[in-house]
Amino acid sequence: MPEPAYRAAPPGALRVEPLGELTAIFDRRSTQTHLVVSPMPEILEAIGVDDCDAATLAARLAATFDFDGTDDVQPVLSERLSELAAMGLVERA
Amino acid sequence: MKHSIRIAVGPVQFRIGSDWAEPIAALERLYHGYPQDDTRPADATVRLFAARPWRRWVRPSVHIGGDFVVPDALPLPLSMGLLAAEMGMNLQVALGWRRHMLLHASAVARGGRALIMSGESGSGKSTLAALLGEGDWRLMGDEFVLIEPMGGDALAFPRAVSLKNEAIAAVAAQVDAARLGPLMAGTPKGDIRHLIPRADAIAAMHKPARPALLLFPRFGGEAAIEPMGEGEAFVRLTEASTNYVALGEAGFAALTRLVRETPAFGISYPDSATGIALVEQLWAEAAK
Amino acid sequence: MSAVQTFVDLLADRRDAVALAPRDWDGVIGVARSEAMLATLAHRLDGADLPPTVAALFADQRAAAAVAQKQALWEAEMARRALAPVGIEFVLLKGAAYAAAGMVCAAGRQIGDLDILVLAADICRAENALLNAGWEWVKSDPYDDFYYREHMHELPPLIHKSRDRMIDVHHTILPRTHRITPDALALVSDAVVSTDGFAVLNPADMACHCAAHMLADGDLQGGLRNLWDFHLMTRDFAATDPRFWEQLDARARLHGLQDAVQRAARLSRDMYGAVLPAGWNGQAANDRWFRERLFARDDWGRVTRPLLEQAFYIRSHWLRMPPTMLAQHLWTKWRKR
Repeated sequence: MPEPAYRAAPPGALRVEPLGELTAIFDRRSTQTHLVVSPMPEILEAIGVDDCDAATLAARLAATFDFDGTDDVQPVLSERLSELAAMGLVERA
Repeated sequence: MKHSIRIAVGPVQFRIGSDWAEPIAALERLYHGYPQDDTRPADATVRLFAARPWRRWVRPSVHIGGDFVVPDALPLPLSMGLLAAEMGMNLQVALGWRRHMLLHASAVARGGRALIMSGESGSGKSTLAALLGEGDWRLMGDEFVLIEPMGGDALAFPRAVSLKNEAIAAVAAQVDAARLGPLMAGTPKGDIRHLIPRADAIAAMHKPARPALLLFPRFGGEAAIEPMGEGEAFVRLTEASTNYVALGEAGFAALTRLVRETPAFGISYPDSATGIALVEQLWAEAAK
Repeated sequence: MSAVQTFVDLLADRRDAVALAPRDWDGVIGVARSEAMLATLAHRLDGADLPPTVAALFADQRAAAAVAQKQALWEAEMARRALAPVGIEFVLLKGAAYAAAGMVCAAGRQIGDLDILVLAADICRAENALLNAGWEWVKSDPYDDFYYREHMHELPPLIHKSRDRMIDVHHTILPRTHRITPDALALVSDAVVSTDGFAVLNPADMACHCAAHMLADGDLQGGLRNLWDFHLMTRDFAATDPRFWEQLDARARLHGLQDAVQRAARLSRDMYGAVLPAGWNGQAANDRWFRERLFARDDWGRVTRPLLEQAFYIRSHWLRMPPTMLAQHLWTKWRKR
């Protein structure tokens, strides 16, 4: 099965407020508050406007994170993406 | 209903109706000194009623109703009618009020700045607030504090303080007996006795105060102070708020602002005197 | 004048809010809350000259209803995300549909569970897709579960495990055991797309469902609100389509719901001042009982005619089930107490 691609929330839908180690994300569409920790905010930031799968995401995040040659980044990202989708913050494209 | 009374606590105007005279008479005594505006329409309705007509007289048991009802809530004996009224008032505010963000917390103020204490029942937040309120603090409330969503100010909800168990003797030793309600022994929440707030606290009930310190007290164990991060305070206060979800973005904005602008600490204390000392210490060192 | 009468008069615009004495508002607000219509009244009286504390309370109610409606529509969106990948289309029903279609009756309207209609053939797959997407069974006892599956027009309710919201998946709009069997296939295949992109029933079917829900299915719980929905939607549908009432009659015939639809129309005329076309303007002697049931609240918000309420409860079960089954059901329910 091909890696699913995801779509970010439309611009302005999310209000992101860092609160120390946590980040509070308010989704204006659902009026829900999500409390997340790194790397969730970075993933949301990196998805951008186009549909994005775990491989693309890994490449983009490599610019800011030091993955240190580990090869299990993609499965981890893919899991985080599906969690974000369950929260409704991203959508399966 | 046969008997009724109107009571204004902070911004909320209640009307309370009852099938019996006793709970209304008891409320009249407790709330005698509160400002009254008889023409003001009620925001919230509480009903104390008998499930069947004959139960007004035969083993009378008080059911709690009103705008919002908890299904399957157990009725209370008529001797605990005052507790039923208190529970009914709390319920209507907790489930119905939308103008402010409600925090299940006690609060006192000094110099226009508020100390907010949030915790489970048994944390001693009520007792601490009552005792501080007998000193040089203004009691804002022992059950709810209301946060103004736009400006971030704290508003008082100084209902009659609900003293429980050991707190009854501790407070009774300090106050005029005329300010205490009847002792209700062996209620589902233990022994309960109400304390009428001081007249100056009632007179100032519409005065906002700026949140200056957030405390999360825990009764028992060694005296300890632990600074709390913004994230943890946020999580705890969402849990302590009965209407956070219903307020949408206004609640989110109010709460992020509150935890960013207000220093927060967890405190443990073995007895009230130590608790009060910790409060005064933190107020002097950390309050904004 | 009773508080519920005043409340209905305010909605129907037969009475000016300015003319109310300050204390009249106690009863009006109490009744409106009991009918879950306080935010509806707040919208109706937006801009009216009100006592300041009432105006403030109403502003709170409008703001809170806007948040609640977003939350309700988000459930529809999450259901779409769960069902679209497996190719199941659904029709939104009741409150969520009115909100999605931006209808006047949605202003301030409370929306409870999400109600959706799917084709009967899709119901098992819909159930699986929802279970995979985080919904789970509300804990119920085996009798209730059996009863739902055998006799009702919907799956037993599902609740989302993290959002804590319920969804009712229907495959028709009345229980299978009901003497009336609406044409469910026609309901789905003739649905229309709302401004929000969700499918909703077409105008005539929507009015049929509203009447069925209120009169053929329900025990008139929430009757004033359902009738208010019916009144506003038929008024607005007729304003944009002069043939609406004819179509409504035709669809009501198709679904076997003429009695319910005609009664709803008469009651909306009697209670809210609806203007009906010729042919709809009749009288029925037993409408009186329905009006009395709708008006049965005192100014503390309590139901004042418990026997009448009970009669309507039994009536609603009578309509839903053949008599022997009714006896069996009430017996099982009774034993469980």
